[in-house]
This record gives sequence, C-alpha cells and structure tokens, in this order.
Amino acid sequence: MWLRVGAMVARYMYLYRRSLARSGEVFFWPVMELLVWGFLMTYLRRHMLPAAIVWLLGGMIFWDVLYRSQQAITLSLSEDIWAKNLINLFIAPISVFELLLATCFMGVIKATITILVLGTLASVLYAFNILTIGAALLPFMLVLLLFGWALGTFTMGLILRFGKAAEALVWGIPFLVQPFSAVFYPVDVLPLPLRYVAYLLPSTYVFEGMRAVVSDGTFDVRTLGIAFGLNLVYLGLGSLFFGLMLRVVRERGYISRLGME
Amino acid sequence: MSLTDSVPGETSTSDDLVISVKGLTKRFGDLTAVNGVSFSARKGEILGLLGPNGAGKTTTIQLMLGLTTPTSGEIHILGLDLRKHRRQILKRVNFASAYISLPSNLTVEENLTVFSRLYGVRDFRRKVADLLELFEIPHTFKQVTGALSTGQITRLNMCKAFLNDPDVLFLDEPTASLDPDIADKVRKALREIQRERGVTMIYTSHNMQEVETMCDRVIFLSRGEIVAQGAPAEVLKNARADTMEEVFIAIARNGSLRDVAAEDDD
Repeated sequence: MWLRVGAMVARYMYLYRRSLARSGEVFFWPVMELLVWGFLMTYLRRHMLPAAIVWLLGGMIFWDVLYRSQQAITLSLSEDIWAKNLINLFIAPISVFELLLATCFMGVIKATITILVLGTLASVLYAFNILTIGAALLPFMLVLLLFGWALGTFTMGLILRFGKAAEALVWGIPFLVQPFSAVFYPVDVLPLPLRYVAYLLPSTYVFEGMRAVVSDGTFDVRTLGIAFGLNLVYLGLGSLFFGLMLRVVRERGYISRLGME
Repeated sequence: MSLTDSVPGETSTSDDLVISVKGLTKRFGDLTAVNGVSFSARKGEILGLLGPNGAGKTTTIQLMLGLTTPTSGEIHILGLDLRKHRRQILKRVNFASAYISLPSNLTVEENLTVFSRLYGVRDFRRKVADLLELFEIPHTFKQVTGALSTGQITRLNMCKAFLNDPDVLFLDEPTASLDPDIADKVRKALREIQRERGVTMIYTSHNMQEVETMCDRVIFLSRGEIVAQGAPAEVLKNARADTMEEVFIAIARNGSLRDVAAEDDD
C-alpha cells in the first residue's frame, strides 16, 4: 500500500518541482497575502492595541493551513482530471483510499511549507513570532489540517459528480466556512444564530483558542477535544459523501466525462 | 441461422477463456447503452470490438474495466468475478486509449516511474528501457511528455499499458490520429508482444483495414447489441461483403447485416 501511496506523492511532487505556477501556489499567494495583512498590521499597530493585531496575522497564517490542506486534495485530483489521467489511475490497482491518503500527505507537506515560510517571513518582516502560541500550535495545526482534509474530500465528491462545472469549488468551498470560523474576529461579534453555526466548525475552536492564548495565555483542552471530535464527524461524512458520489459516477457512467473529454 | 446465433471461430474450452461476459446490460435512464451482450475471449486472442459511434463499445470497455457499474450481467476476467475481485484483476490488466493521456508536465521517465510503482513492477528501470526501445522512443526518456509528438505520446501510452506485463489489454482506438508509418510500427509492436506473451487484447478501431490485419475475431455492436461476430473472413462471408468497411457501413446505416445480404440477393 505504501509503495502506491508513495508513487502518487511522487507524482504530485514531480508536478510542483517542474511547474512554477504550481509551486507559486504554495509560496507566492500565501506570501502576497502575508504582505497585505502584515502592512495592515503595521498600520493598525500605530492606532490599536497590539494584542488585536496579532489575531490578524495569526488568523491569516492559520487560515492558510486549512486552505492549503483542502487544496492539496482537490487540486491533486483535479490535476489528474485536467491531464486526462484519471482513468489511468482508476484502472491502476490503487484503491480510492490510497489515492486520498496520498493527497492528504500532500496536504501535510503543503501546510508545513506554508507555515514555515509564512512564520519566518512574519517574524522577519513584522516581528510577529508564531511560536509565541507555544505548545498549542501543533494541535491547532492538526485540527485545521484535518478539517481541510474533510472539506477537500467533500469538494472532490462534488467535482466527481458534477465534473468541470464544479471546478470553481476547488477554491471556493473553504470561503463558505470562513465567515463562520471567526478567523479575524471573535465569535461573539456574530449574530446569535450564526454563533451556533460557528461552534459546529472545528476551525472556530482553533481561531478562538489562538486568541485566548495570545490575549491571556489560556489554552482550553476541552474545546480542542470538541474540535477533534467534530473533525472525526466531518471526515466520516466527507468520506461517505465521496464514496456515494463515486458510486453515482460509476452507475451513471460519468467517468468518461471526467477522464476523456 | 441468424448471424448472431453462432459464434464462429470460437472453439475455446473453459480452461483457456480469459474473458467471459454474460448477459451484460447497462441502462442510463431510458437509454440502453449495452443490451444483454455475451461474448468471450481466449488467451492470446485479439478481439475487435467494433461498431459506429454510440454502438456501446466504450461503455462495454468501461464496464469490463470496472469504471462503470453494470445494470445486470456477469463479467469474469482471468477466471475472477469483476464485482468481487476488481483490484486483483486490475493488477493483471491494462488499458490504452487515444483519448486519455499521461500528465503532460511530467517527463517520460517520471510518468513511467509513477505507474511502475503503482503496478509494483520489479526492476522497472530495465522494463521501462525495454519498452521504450520496443516502441522506438528511447530518446524521449528525459523529455517532458507535453513536448512529445502525437505519435510519441501514443507510443508512450503503449509503454505504460505494457508496464505490468498484462494478461489482458484493452486498446481503445490505439492508432487514431497517427500517421500510417507510426500506426504500422505500433501494430507491429503489438503483434510482437501478443505473439511472445500471449496477451489477450480487446481492440476497438474505426480503421477496418487495421481490424482485418490485427484481429483474430471481431464483434460488431449496434445500439448496444451484438449484430455480428466471428473471424473477419467469416463475417465477410456471412455478410456477403468484400471488405470490413462495407460491413461497418451497412451496420452503421441499417443496424444489422440482414439488409445487406438481402440487397445482394436482389
């Protein structure tokens, strides 16, 4: 199994190694985003409380972990649809689970690169040290990574089912949860009904948790447990949805639409 | 006797049957793409799956690769039930089509390395070198796939299809869009491998001359049903036609061979 998963990871790494546009997706956009938020932070630092400023840059970096994790799954499989290579993969003796596992590994790689690059730049350019979050940093990252996988699996199910018509969702789906995840503001600014929605998302607990650590150094293990529990539910639902869509694709013969047109 | 009642040229015993398809049906809503199709293929046989566009060839191949789920019917490949043993079967099967590609932004070496690992090919460097040599594209090894010519890409797809030494190979219009010289080279290489290793091939093509030279037996499909089958010479004899192209045109226009035979009688 690991040989096949390794083969697929190698396939995606070859792509990033050769394509400037693809590697730019890991480096360029996150750095551009960091610059925008960093300059905003510099401006706000002159007029606002420093603690609030840290939320912004921390929120931006954490958000990118979730985003890259989701994209690792959706872009990896979309690449094979665009390259008309999907049928080659679906007739190879690799299971769908192994295929998804390879894309999840890509998520780990991309998220790790993102946080290393952004963390270093934020420290050098804006004197923002992400390590001040301390021991909570790793579980926070893990929650976001897992939620990204769940969103990615769900998105891929939609792309399998609806084909190229659903491609915009590769980039769009994470932004459906962003307003409710309280990335750049506390949950209590949301209207009451939306707070219930917010607390159904694992990402909310990370962003709230980050703000708590930065503001008063508290780290609530219980809420982190809720986030992991929710992730298990969403990963389960995402996998079920992907499996269901795959079945629909096989029953309705959509595979040629995905792999040959 | 109707042309579809007999299975001319099929003298196999169950021991050397590599493919066995029984009552295969696929419906997409109101459309019946494949309707109760039954056929078999022996070890080392090249079986042509022919018919006009929309006849059900591609759907049949997709059903046999497990890419599409049949509405009813049974598919056994290498003695194994496709529904229950798909992954085991896929290890010993491969597919090449003019309509699918390998990633264009990877080099030939990278593409073949990835698929060698997926198929668990031992000593894959030697295997890849041998196949590139056989298909006369060893110089492309370090080149990016997207920079290759159409003929080279087709031959690269063939290399990928033979990486796992398949017992069964599905070829969907393998020479479409190739110039006659390259098409001839591909056919010769396929014949050579088929002779040496006894690979069973399911072959689709719209080039009827190619079908006559390549296929041991052909199956004509029309509107999802088998309308004629047998060795090319037998199909020609039964259809009272001179060329396979005449047979193809008759089936494409009339949906069966009976009308052609009747026209000949007139």
